[in-house]
Amino acid sequence: MKWIAAALLAVALVLLPFFAGDFYVNLASQMLIAAIFALSLNLLVGYGGMTSLGHASYLGVAAYMSALLTSRYGWGHGASAVFSILGTTAMAGFFGVIALRATGLGFLMITLALSQVLWGLAYRMSGVTNGDNGIGGLTRPMPFGISLDSAAAFYWFALIVASFSFLMMTVFAASSFGSSLKGVRDQPRRMAALGFNPWMIRWITFVYAGFWGGVSGLLYVYYNKYIHPTSLSTTSSAEALLGVIAGGSGTAAGPAVGAALVLLLKNYVSAYLDRWNMLLGAVFVFIVLVMPTGIVPGLTKLLQRRPR
Amino acid sequence: MQFWIIQGLNSLSLGGLLFLLSSGFSLIFGLMRLANLTHGAFFMLGTYFGAISLRNYSGLNIWVAALGAGIAVAAIGGLFERLILTRLKTNPLGQVLVTLGMSFIISDACLMFWGGDSIPVPTPQSLQAPTRVFGFVFPTYRLVLVGCAIAAAIALYFLLERTRLGAMIRAGVDDRQMARAVGIPVSRLFTIVFCLGAGIAGAGGVLGGPILSAYPGLDGDMLPLALIVVILGGIGSLLGAFVGSFIIGFIYTFGSALFPELAYIILFLPMIFVIAFRPQGLFGRVGA
Repeated sequence: MKWIAAALLAVALVLLPFFAGDFYVNLASQMLIAAIFALSLNLLVGYGGMTSLGHASYLGVAAYMSALLTSRYGWGHGASAVFSILGTTAMAGFFGVIALRATGLGFLMITLALSQVLWGLAYRMSGVTNGDNGIGGLTRPMPFGISLDSAAAFYWFALIVASFSFLMMTVFAASSFGSSLKGVRDQPRRMAALGFNPWMIRWITFVYAGFWGGVSGLLYVYYNKYIHPTSLSTTSSAEALLGVIAGGSGTAAGPAVGAALVLLLKNYVSAYLDRWNMLLGAVFVFIVLVMPTGIVPGLTKLLQRRPR
Repeated sequence: MQFWIIQGLNSLSLGGLLFLLSSGFSLIFGLMRLANLTHGAFFMLGTYFGAISLRNYSGLNIWVAALGAGIAVAAIGGLFERLILTRLKTNPLGQVLVTLGMSFIISDACLMFWGGDSIPVPTPQSLQAPTRVFGFVFPTYRLVLVGCAIAAAIALYFLLERTRLGAMIRAGVDDRQMARAVGIPVSRLFTIVFCLGAGIAGAGGVLGGPILSAYPGLDGDMLPLALIVVILGGIGSLLGAFVGSFIIGFIYTFGSALFPELAYIILFLPMIFVIAFRPQGLFGRVGA
């Protein structure tokens, strides 16, 4: 039953552009990007117990690097994509060394401070980043000579990348390394006594999550063809964190659903009123107070309780 | 020479401002083990209260405005603590997320009520004449601000070290469970300390107004400064917040003056340094 549902979902996702209009196809592309981003954050928050409030750094830095390399330095998309991802991953390695000196609230505060520094840089270093104007007029890559300019083509491209990253992150969490990560989350001292190196396990996860955050950043800048400092802001990190927690942190698919819901909410609310930040804050308070385990685990529990 | 003295005095006044911002944050973290991400928003709320009341009532004095805004923000903080934070006693992560949500709500509410244009806070008339320091002209208000911060630091020191309330707070910081066991009402202390921290931030927001003015995004500018100060100085340590504020004040002022585009990077270098070699901060006793 579960497999049939999954297969149906996969078919529906692949065939979406044939029965949905461009508006919905674009919305679906954005959801896929938000899903990759939330899943990468979920590796830290859900499986690692490391609540980061600075995950937008990886999305934003990869996007900015790609934008700068292609528009200002005239690099090709292939080379700039590889270089952006490598650069972002290296930055995650460096940030990880700093932030993982602490755990818990200290970790959260350091990641927040680091991401605020990057946000400030993007705003103030207008010579490089163009400041508040952002960098516009970007192009999408043409993998194997296929243009991604139509909504459907980009959607399929995003779907392929998202499926691959979903697979890679699920495998990561289900692997024996993933088990040791969960062990470090729950019982760091026992894991250390068993001969594991908790710091190294956390750091590797941090870097891996930064890598996939960078991947989502590349897709983000390809989709929007524009990048602005707000994508590095705390709001951006907080939206992703809300998606993870609302969907259920530490579950395989929950964060993807949560991120999609946050995006839908944001799109619909922004169409009618401009109080998105207030609503985001209120939803945050509501979810934490009322549904601390998230929507997907909550629903799963409801379904399991029903007699068959 | 003039450059160094003027920037040095600027650093001192920024340091004073940062202390008014971060002492409350540090106090709250020390007792409640809560990273209060609403703190920047409390500061901003104070600035807006000050700016609006001084604009609407021309006879109002900035000190009265600061006191009023401090009490108002303390009341809002107290309500928030009583109604929401106490429900999440066993869930420290949930508490942090709720303070983040609250900061979004407050900053968006400020934008909604008072619009996107920055609102200046006038410098009090009696302090508008510049002062001569070592033969250099310097705005008097900035020097008075340093005085305010030092006065606040001394008052807080006496509150914590010389009063019964302070003794209870220190007991709560050191060992919450033992403090409860000997009959200290820790839960009520939480509310008091949260109000106090929020109130200092609110009053500090008004006092910082003539330098910063009230604008949307002020909370996002101030919160990382508070975080950096307390990470540097040591979380929960008043002395750490004091020394950290002035260190960051100097680094930020000279960094912006000498390398304007890199000020933000220079700002976080000392933080990296401290985290690498002394994770508990310069004066902290417990790790974060």
